[in-house]
Amino acid sequence: MAFHSMEEILDYCRIGNKKFYEAVLEDDMEERKVSREESMKEMYVMWDAMLLASTSYDGSARSASHLVGGQGLAMEEYRRGGNTLCGDYLNQVISQALEMGESNACMRRIVAAPTAGACGVLPAVLIPFFRSGQAGHRQIVKSLYVAAGIGQVIASRAFIAGAAGGCQAEIGAASSMAAGALTALKGGANEQIGHAAAMAMKALLGLVCDPVAGLVEVPCVKRNVIGAVNAMTSADMALAGIGSAIPADQVFDAMREVGEKMHPSLRETGEGGLAATKEGIRITRSLVR
Amino acid sequence: MNIFDILGPVMVGPSSSHTAGAVRIGLVTKKLLGSVPARAMITLSGSFSATGAGHGTDRALVAGLLGMRPDNICIPESFDHAAKAGMEFSFAHEAIRGAHPNTALLEVWDKNGRTVAVQASSLGGGRIMVNKLDGVEINVTAERPALIVHNVDQPGHVAEVTSMLAHKSINIATLNLYRDKRGGYAVMVIETDQNIPASSLDWLKRVEGIIKVTCLNLGEEG
Repeated sequence: MAFHSMEEILDYCRIGNKKFYEAVLEDDMEERKVSREESMKEMYVMWDAMLLASTSYDGSARSASHLVGGQGLAMEEYRRGGNTLCGDYLNQVISQALEMGESNACMRRIVAAPTAGACGVLPAVLIPFFRSGQAGHRQIVKSLYVAAGIGQVIASRAFIAGAAGGCQAEIGAASSMAAGALTALKGGANEQIGHAAAMAMKALLGLVCDPVAGLVEVPCVKRNVIGAVNAMTSADMALAGIGSAIPADQVFDAMREVGEKMHPSLRETGEGGLAATKEGIRITRSLVR
Repeated sequence: MNIFDILGPVMVGPSSSHTAGAVRIGLVTKKLLGSVPARAMITLSGSFSATGAGHGTDRALVAGLLGMRPDNICIPESFDHAAKAGMEFSFAHEAIRGAHPNTALLEVWDKNGRTVAVQASSLGGGRIMVNKLDGVEINVTAERPALIVHNVDQPGHVAEVTSMLAHKSINIATLNLYRDKRGGYAVMVIETDQNIPASSLDWLKRVEGIIKVTCLNLGEEG
């Protein structure tokens, strides 16, 4: 049966002297009655689909509303200019997040992780890590188990849908998953993975889901950027030995409470927040057939 | 939820509920009809109606009717593919009373005139629920095989169907019975753990008193 808390995963690892990814992998083998190879092959398919989505990005594509498209390309050109504030590596992360979010909005093929709207966060941190030679396919696939395990705990304790708990449940969850995956890739201890996941979620707690015209475009695409960058900073803090004062499970419980208290207009209805701004309403009206 | 409900599915964007879920609704409808429809009348309700165009819900439903899966990169061009396949379709917008916000009603006909009407909703994360078949509430998730039998309300039909399943070693997961009135029109909805072979369906169709047999087996898309 699936894990319901980070504590359960960490205990399982402690008792069996296992790595975080092994706990999640072994649980999947048990849950779906599959072999290690079958499970890993399936996870590789997810990673392969992320890579394919990245290489097939089309900067000339535009979304149905024409609100989204070309931003990833602009970011990539800016990065190549070499004169950026965040530096080359972080700019790769930003481009990647924009590209994936745009591809999703433009009806191209992506991997929901955990949702389609948040599909850019994990590839944004993993693809530059892979392309810079810091990890091979196998290590990345292992880190995806870490991400999936964290996502499973979040889904079990709270939710992973904007309609249920706001953007914190989508970009927040994706960021928490990505922070854990990065910490594992960098050789962090299991406990550090937990701290990274907790810190990433804490930083995005309260984020509302307020898409203009109800479409997965504004502000969703750019929120993938903050999800990815937040995962990087959270993982770095955890790797530096900084802990989260509130344990991950309790942070996820808080996310649920905040989501439940969130006004319905801020939960993917397109009725509040940015969607309800003067410009948001103007855009919505211009899209009505 | 297994880990591939968290990481995955691989899908064409932008929305797991409004796009991937809509493809699955089309796909299930095609399976329930038994072939790619020659004609489809699609009614969009609630959020499917309000934001469907921006999410490609219309193209996703048509793609599903053509047998495309949620990760098929041809989904955005499904209208062109429908034209090539000779499938006529039309859309209407109407609030379906009491329905989930993401709901569509698909009325489809095959070239021999067989027809089914499927009302289904997209629950999020690409998961769907078939709420009604030919106007009768069935509430089937399409995550398990399902057999839907319409028959005259008279003794013995449930026994015929369940003993057929027993002979084929098919385990019943859930079983629901509905009827409009005593001796009238009855429907049984059976979810099973194994797929139901075509030969058994052909046999059922010939049993006296059985009006219509519809089956939803898993893994037969395409």
